[in-house]
Amino acid sequence: MTDWKTHIANAAGVALVCLTLPAAAASIDPNRSSLTATFRQMNVPVEGAFKRISGDVVFDVARPQDARAALDIDLASFDLGPGTEDYAVETRRKDWFDTTRFPRATFTIAGARPLGGDRFEARGKLSLKGRVLDLVANVVRRSEAGVQVFEGQLPIRRLAFGIGEGEWRDPSVVADEVVVRFRLVVPAGAAAVAK
Amino acid sequence: MLVAGAWFVGHWMTDLSFSPLKLKVYSWHKWTGVLVFALLIVRVGVRIAARLSPRIAAPIHSDNRIAWGTHLLLYGLLALVPLSGWLFSSAAGFTTVWFGLWPIPDLVPKDAQLKDLFRAVHDTLTSVLAALVVLHLFAALKHHFIDRDRVLVRMVPGLKPRKPPDHPG
Repeated sequence: MTDWKTHIANAAGVALVCLTLPAAAASIDPNRSSLTATFRQMNVPVEGAFKRISGDVVFDVARPQDARAALDIDLASFDLGPGTEDYAVETRRKDWFDTTRFPRATFTIAGARPLGGDRFEARGKLSLKGRVLDLVANVVRRSEAGVQVFEGQLPIRRLAFGIGEGEWRDPSVVADEVVVRFRLVVPAGAAAVAK
Repeated sequence: MLVAGAWFVGHWMTDLSFSPLKLKVYSWHKWTGVLVFALLIVRVGVRIAARLSPRIAAPIHSDNRIAWGTHLLLYGLLALVPLSGWLFSSAAGFTTVWFGLWPIPDLVPKDAQLKDLFRAVHDTLTSVLAALVVLHLFAALKHHFIDRDRVLVRMVPGLKPRKPPDHPG
């Protein structure tokens, strides 16, 4: 992909975030929210966290079909913990996230279906490395002291997004399946919080 | 052979640039360590069951006490080197999954300081073990070619004892 296409893809991602959110959206608390990706290398589970995320959530328990969320993920902030700097550097390279061309990923949710109790099935899109794919996430919503907490996970296939190309394509070394887990903490007040 | 293999691979793999090969080799190294540890448990079990079979103590040499000491050290290090590697891997946050099939429980939680500590311990013990393995090798050869006794013959299946010298002394 040429550079101008990259810019358009990124701009489209930002535009998508801006357009899908009504004014009542509440920002997540980035310090209490988390987004992790767990993958398997040689069948060893390895978890990394995206340290810089931001986003907004609109959710009304009475109208889950109107739920909206937009999450902006700084891909260069992927961290596998202390002492794994060579890993982190590797994930920014061209074969992986290619963060110079694709610095951010966006994860949007448009509509959720109640599964009973606090559980919902949210439908959305993940825009990553210039590709946009539909996805389904299972989400549990809880109301805690002054905040709403949305916890969920979604399985994705890294190769569908071109994450880990070239010599890294071999799924027997790094498995294709990656589980993305999120915990979004939304302070009450700014948004329509259901009782 | 396993110990020598793990030793050479261990020295080679840390210099590899980040690649799928590196990840594979690290796993193979860990699997080998677990295998050595498992075989050691079997070996110690057999020796206890055999009550240190009398033939092991049979050849009375002046260096018997040294041999006994180095063997004890060898056994100790054969346990401690894989164990420190296991601790190192646990502290680094990488569970060892034996042959990619059986996860071995982490001994300690992920911790950068512990990781550095166990790495140093693993490196040091490995160097001592390597020195002892070389000593063991030369001692076995000495028994075979100089003492011309059955020590190496007992260890190597199919090996015939060397003829004793015709005119001793």
